[in-house]
Amino acid sequence: MSELIPLIVAKYNYWLYIILMMIGLYAMIAKNNLVKKLVGMNIFQTSIILFYVSIGCKKGGTIPIIHHGIHAGRHVVDPAHYVNPLPHVLMLTAIVVSVSTLGVALALAVKIYNRYKTLEEDEILARLRAK
Amino acid sequence: MIWQLDLAILTLVIVTAVATIAVKDLLGCAILFGAYSFLMCLLWAIMAAVDVAFTEASVGAGVSTVFFVAAVFRTTRRTRD
Repeated sequence: MSELIPLIVAKYNYWLYIILMMIGLYAMIAKNNLVKKLVGMNIFQTSIILFYVSIGCKKGGTIPIIHHGIHAGRHVVDPAHYVNPLPHVLMLTAIVVSVSTLGVALALAVKIYNRYKTLEEDEILARLRAK
Repeated sequence: MIWQLDLAILTLVIVTAVATIAVKDLLGCAILFGAYSFLMCLLWAIMAAVDVAFTEASVGAGVSTVFFVAAVFRTTRRTRD
């Protein structure tokens, strides 16, 4: 037990990302409103993006930009001094995909509301079964 | 990365996420989700991912909040949970 606590404290960000991911999963499964489910889906996505960006982070690393670009060819840049920009670029795509997913899902929710006059999942299912 | 600032903002992010799914008004849910996205943007600026940070500030905190508010105004604000 005494050697387990430093292990948890040293990787505190991963544990908090897991908590955030479980909040999103709970909202997707247990909430009854369609908009609440979409908010849960976005929280889930951002927790995964946080995990990936956090992998590329390093202690004392600077932002991955060359400060004086006019002399860029004359000195050697050491990759150990800046954070890894590869997860950033991959997750940039994931953010754009997530906002387009949100737009399509909200458009479908508006269409469902126009037809059934409710956003609650159980009422929609009851009216679907009643037909 | 300053870990004290990182831990403080991460705690605020979790508090905002819980408030977003607990509030019983969809317009309040949309505004709290905008606050959540902006705190996430700060978190990425701390992690030195500046390109992700300004994309999140424009796309996450801007466009997503506008989408949510537009959808809430075209449907209803009321929710049971």
